[in-house]
Amino acid sequence: MPLDLVVNVTIAGVLTGLVYGLMALGLSVIFGVVRVVNFAHGEMMTIAMYAAVILFGAFKVDPFLAVLPVAAVFFALGYALQAGLINPFITRPEHSQFILLVAVATIMVNGLLIGFGPDARNLQVPYQLESWEFGKILLDKARIYAAAAALATSAALFLFFKYSLTGKAIRACADNNLGALVVGLNVKHLYALTFGLGSACVAVAGCMMILLVDVTPNLGPAYTLLAFVIVIVGGLGSMPGALLGGVLIGVSEALAGLYITPSAKSMMSFGLLILVLLFRPQGLLGRKA
Amino acid sequence: MNRRDFNKAAAVVGAASAFSPLNVLAQGARLKVGVLLPRSGVQALIGQSCQKGADIAPAVLKQIFGVDIELMNADTESNVDTARTRAERLIQEGANVLVGAFDSGHTSAIAQVAEQRGVPFVINIAAAPPITEQGYKFVFRNFPTAIDLTRNGLSLMGEIFRTTSVAPRSCVFMHVNDTFGQAMSKAIPPTLARLTELPFKILDTISYDPAAKDLTVEVSKAKAANADFLMLVCRLNDAIILRREMAKQRWNPMGIISPGSPGLYEEQYNKALGPLAEYAICNTVWYNPKSEMTKIVGAQFKKQFPKDELTFHGTNVGYTFDAVMIAADAFRRSKSADPKVLAEAIRATDIPVARRMSLGGPIKFNAKGQVEGNLSAAIQNQKGLPRVTLPAQFAESKVIFPSPDYKKS
Amino acid sequence: MNRRAALMLGVLLVLLVVLPHAVNAYVLSVATLILYLAYTGQAWNVMMGFAGQLSLGHSLYVGVAGYVAGALFFHYGIGPWAGLWLAIVVCVAFGLAIGFLAFRFGISGVYFALLTIAFAEFTRIGFDHLAWTGGPGGMFLKVAQRDAWDLLNFRGPPIMYYYAMLLLCALAFVVCYLLLKSRAGYYWQAIRENEEAAQALGINTFRWKMLAVALSSAMTAVSGVFFAFYYNNLFPEQIFHISRSIEIILGPIIGGVGTLFGPILGAVVLTLLSDGITEALAAMGWEIPGVKQVFYGIVLLVVVIFLPHGIWPTLARRLGLSR
Repeated sequence: MPLDLVVNVTIAGVLTGLVYGLMALGLSVIFGVVRVVNFAHGEMMTIAMYAAVILFGAFKVDPFLAVLPVAAVFFALGYALQAGLINPFITRPEHSQFILLVAVATIMVNGLLIGFGPDARNLQVPYQLESWEFGKILLDKARIYAAAAALATSAALFLFFKYSLTGKAIRACADNNLGALVVGLNVKHLYALTFGLGSACVAVAGCMMILLVDVTPNLGPAYTLLAFVIVIVGGLGSMPGALLGGVLIGVSEALAGLYITPSAKSMMSFGLLILVLLFRPQGLLGRKA
Repeated sequence: MNRRDFNKAAAVVGAASAFSPLNVLAQGARLKVGVLLPRSGVQALIGQSCQKGADIAPAVLKQIFGVDIELMNADTESNVDTARTRAERLIQEGANVLVGAFDSGHTSAIAQVAEQRGVPFVINIAAAPPITEQGYKFVFRNFPTAIDLTRNGLSLMGEIFRTTSVAPRSCVFMHVNDTFGQAMSKAIPPTLARLTELPFKILDTISYDPAAKDLTVEVSKAKAANADFLMLVCRLNDAIILRREMAKQRWNPMGIISPGSPGLYEEQYNKALGPLAEYAICNTVWYNPKSEMTKIVGAQFKKQFPKDELTFHGTNVGYTFDAVMIAADAFRRSKSADPKVLAEAIRATDIPVARRMSLGGPIKFNAKGQVEGNLSAAIQNQKGLPRVTLPAQFAESKVIFPSPDYKKS
Repeated sequence: MNRRAALMLGVLLVLLVVLPHAVNAYVLSVATLILYLAYTGQAWNVMMGFAGQLSLGHSLYVGVAGYVAGALFFHYGIGPWAGLWLAIVVCVAFGLAIGFLAFRFGISGVYFALLTIAFAEFTRIGFDHLAWTGGPGGMFLKVAQRDAWDLLNFRGPPIMYYYAMLLLCALAFVVCYLLLKSRAGYYWQAIRENEEAAQALGINTFRWKMLAVALSSAMTAVSGVFFAFYYNNLFPEQIFHISRSIEIILGPIIGGVGTLFGPILGAVVLTLLSDGITEALAAMGWEIPGVKQVFYGIVLLVVVIFLPHGIWPTLARRLGLSR
């Protein structure tokens, strides 16, 4: 196996992993704080991708710029979804939450099918197919930009949660719900805020993802599953954990694809999930409960 | 009116018109065709494409055969449970014949229902061989099996190399790990051994997950094999991702040739990739561009779907229309909509080449209910549209190989 | 249960036995589907209702059992009755393995659910690469069209499959009822309510949870064998798919988790709803793909919001039945 092949594949794995991590970031935030199993996560990202396509089609807005309006809208929608629909389900058993979000996901997927039809949609920006060449090493431009966006978003979130007052309040809710209520925090509002933030993250991920993948109505479920795997592997509620989980999955899948057969590379992520669940259930960077 | 009464009435009508001098059916006799396709769910894109082939059929068949076709459309929702119950429902509602269902699993389930209820089932698209190996008397398939598709696809490759006088020495074989890809990968080594005029060796075989959204590793491996051309069995979405990845990794082989699979000729592939989609070749079943039937269907398609191009639905519309046409032709000959009579009429089908839309020999069902002699064509993307380039007698344009942006690495 | 409930149950059973002779083939096929979902849902309910473990990967057992029995029939001509036992053994082994891993390592709740998903997905990809069972191309069992009942090979007219499924449903109901009334039932209830307290009382919670898992997987295995011989084709992409796992659990959750009648009611309601919406849309001329699923999703949403414990508990109270 020539060295440049291994290096190229590993780099690609890291970059792809960062983009996966960006996608999982929103879920980590939501799941880590609100403890709701958001099984409509992938579908939300799919809607964001369609939004980016529409903005590009209508106004020629580059997805990096589209991030701002789309994320803002998603923040609002996420807030409304949590406050309006999901809030009573936090104390309900998991299977109820699950059905609630599966129903929401079904409505989203089929709404997209009705609205957009089954054709794959995409946008075409000039840098999408370009790559930087360093000898035999090729760096895909679109992936580098998306990975950079992932790091930036992750950093922003991290700083928000660590230093801002609202961020600390949210973390307090996550750590101790009862205590937060006692202290007088408006937990319902904070939960909705968190869901909004998580949704905004998903929106950013969608705008990045459309550079790499065409969008179809049923793109969501596979990404929902992947997001959960990454969040659990990386650690609940940990932003660096989501990125790390993503990179780990990306690289292990890439190397498995290289040395074994590519069609079995998804087995790596599930195998990794099983191992983490058994031996380190809090995830790599999560805190022990 | 339930099915029994309708059948009695139809029999009377049939008997009466058999003695009438004119070869037309009595007023009010129509054929109810139950169309089962996956119009929602994961197979929605192909299902809706096939549906267009059914939608244009009534107008065309009225024009050519003078028969009245009533379509009863059912959505299998890409789910075998739904396929089965919908088939039962259609028969209950009086469908005289069923057409469908694209997916081999659904088709097999519907076939069992059709056989059980004694209603003929004309399969539009489904390649799994076992479907016509069960000794069914009511199941008919005008579509090649995976074995035939592979053989035709590979021998067409030899045609391409002969016609362009280019003899690539090696290829890398990439295939999606699904029914088609797997059937191809199993069939290719023995077929290559037998078709001695195929001059190339397979340097590496890379199978990938149809749901994969990232094919960097796969393309890296394929590029590293340093082969002359890429032999690819794919689906639409991964074909697009693959082609983009090839561009990013600056890999320009002599060409991309598929021995038979969807993806490369489809509208989305051409629109999403623009100039990158050019010159990809897919050897697959298609419509016959020179046939009379195709021209008539083409005109109707333009009328009913003005914003669409028939050529993007070559396989789906060609074969779905032909399935409905086979039912209509049997109805015209039997002058009865009774399912059992229809089944016998379908068994005696003999439609000449000029009167069929899909590409192949005359439509005749063998003892197993299978049509033999369906051909594949080499479809190449030229100027954004898929064009039939081989076999020469049906060609719309000349095949271009190697691709103009071929770069020896 | 009280006398009223027993009487209603008896009437229902008689109706179901007579059903095939009173309805057309379409309704029969829908009824068979309902019974299939009711039975599989009941089997899942054992793990959820008894052991309190949310399994989102139950398609694993359906698929493995179907493939084991199907492969034995396909390769060696071994009939489904013999194949059934091996299928059950293999599925129970899978179930116990998952249970062991989960309970020993203290995995529960969402984590357990994700573990089951991971196992199902892992197996799906595995079967996609298993040439012996046909790989992604699927496995097609030879169909012999018989109008006579060939019970040995489980081949016959649709009415035979209906009665087989009805029998399975009835057996499952009886078994679950007896179990719940037995000592095992009380232990399970205790574990579900408060596992630590149960442990403090000296109940070996690990053993009883494992038993529930084993029972659930064994029952689901029978469902898988039925599926294989009813549809006569198996594809890893379809049978192990997460949408099948979701389909299995929708009935019990909508009907009422942990209740005896919940899975059956849920299966009836959901299947009738699904077909009903399709018929209604067809009657109105709305043939747009996707609309049916949107309505279906909305109904699910409404039910889960307003009837958090499922339909059965509320319905049972209204009808004056105890459970």
